[in-house]
Amino acid sequence: MTGRRPSPGSLALITGALVVLGLIVVLPLIMVFHEAFRLGAGAYIAALKEPDAWAAMHLTMLVAAIAVPLNAVFGLAAAWAIAKFEFRGRSLLITLIDLPFSISPVVSGLVWVLLFGANGWFGPLLQDLGIRVIFNITGVVLATVLVTLPFVARELIPLMEQQGADEETAAITLGAGPWTTFFRVTLPNVKWGLLYGVLLCNARAMGEFGAVSVVSGHIRGLTNTLPLHVEILYNEYDFVGAFAVATVLAGLALVTLGLKSALEWRHAGELAASRRH
Amino acid sequence: MSRALSLAVAAKARKPWRKDSVLPGFPLALGITLTWLSLIFLLPLSALLLRPWELGLSGFWTVVTDPRVIAALRISFGAAALAATINAGLGLLIAWVLSRYAFPGRRFVDALVDLPFALPTAVAGIALTAIYAPNGPLGAPLAELGIRIAYTPLGILLALIFVGLPFVVRTVQPVLEDLDREVEEAARTLGATPRQTAWRVVLPALAPALLTGVGLAFARAAGEYGSVIFIAGNMPLRSEIAPLLIVIKLEQFDYAGAAAVGLAMLALSFTGLLLLNSLQGALARRGRA
Repeated sequence: MTGRRPSPGSLALITGALVVLGLIVVLPLIMVFHEAFRLGAGAYIAALKEPDAWAAMHLTMLVAAIAVPLNAVFGLAAAWAIAKFEFRGRSLLITLIDLPFSISPVVSGLVWVLLFGANGWFGPLLQDLGIRVIFNITGVVLATVLVTLPFVARELIPLMEQQGADEETAAITLGAGPWTTFFRVTLPNVKWGLLYGVLLCNARAMGEFGAVSVVSGHIRGLTNTLPLHVEILYNEYDFVGAFAVATVLAGLALVTLGLKSALEWRHAGELAASRRH
Repeated sequence: MSRALSLAVAAKARKPWRKDSVLPGFPLALGITLTWLSLIFLLPLSALLLRPWELGLSGFWTVVTDPRVIAALRISFGAAALAATINAGLGLLIAWVLSRYAFPGRRFVDALVDLPFALPTAVAGIALTAIYAPNGPLGAPLAELGIRIAYTPLGILLALIFVGLPFVVRTVQPVLEDLDREVEEAARTLGATPRQTAWRVVLPALAPALLTGVGLAFARAAGEYGSVIFIAGNMPLRSEIAPLLIVIKLEQFDYAGAAAVGLAMLALSFTGLLLLNSLQGALARRGRA
């Protein structure tokens, strides 16, 4: 970025860009808070204190607490294999890992129903065993894990590729054990990139709607996550309730953006190159 | 050329599948990666690829050529293509302004661009609906002009523009920042007008990144569900999107039908991305010629 003095033409461009962003991106955010407080702070707080909203909040945090660490371990393993070694099928593997991003969230939920639903491949077997996956928390976790699969891996793979394998090779050659090398050399080098990936993974895990909606069955107080609870309240015309719960999710989005920007500004050198600006 | 190619192929065939390395952990890391990928992605995906054929070829064809399914696919993919095209322009404008001009609050504005990534789609959906409903802050004045957005296909388009915008900005912006300013200055010194410089120098250099961003925005929008269903009105044949049709078929326990629609969506998505890819290749070849 250069500090050229804006000419009239560029002032028009800047204004245009700000108007577009204001209308498309900022206005919906303002609207969430405006609608939530339409009937005053009392109604807002009452809507948030409601037991089903609490249950939804708990479930959302539980699902993220399971899905995010699993995909973080997956991301670290995938990045280690792909970035530190050269093998055939490497680029195919990268493509496969990115693929869940271009699949509809609803399809990401559908595939689990095809496997574990009442008419699913393993449905009758699960029924005999008395295990429920679909319309149960397990299904919600599986769907969430699938939609958030690529997040950590796609941050770490380019970052580890840029860093190369020299430092690890030196450590191993000097006699360090494999785990020592990983925890004392690799992990400190990628910690900010890992945090960045975890942050985005967590935001999506807590906010996922389409995939979770297909497998959850919308059982209030049991399999309802926060985004699903927003939908239920909205469809019951409880708009203040829906927007009040939505402010919690919007707050999460704002915190995520704030932390993400802080990482981009303060640790730019330790993130993948595409994140530095 | 063909000799060099066949030599390269031969060299590739002789190469062992993995290059030697002193680093440990390859089997463990690759093992975890492949196991997780298979359990979480490939096994479920195989159900999507295989189950539609329980209907037989003709049954599959009957499902995907049902007028309601065709209309839903056309709405999802048509609106996604249109939204991605609009986002190409809007995203280019925002990326240009963020990378070329200094103005107060630029960093803050830059961070805001990612809000559609971070904001859960259901939240975006109800917020957009509240804004553009006939009694909403923008919906009311537009309704007086005779324009209805919420509960029409225009609402779908708007939601898809919202979810796709950051993809274009974030793929174009780094390229724009790295673009050699001297080339632009040389063009200007040699007598090109700013418009000529933009069209003949800057845009060709940006084209590959722009197409990548458009492709990502398109793929995301074509499968989008959460931000759309609240604002769409969901009228069969008119404003019903393909993912909603999957949900409806699942509620009727029509698994094979739902899988057929899902498979059709997957096929259309990849066709779209493939087209963009070959356009990218054609542009790259023209750039070299």
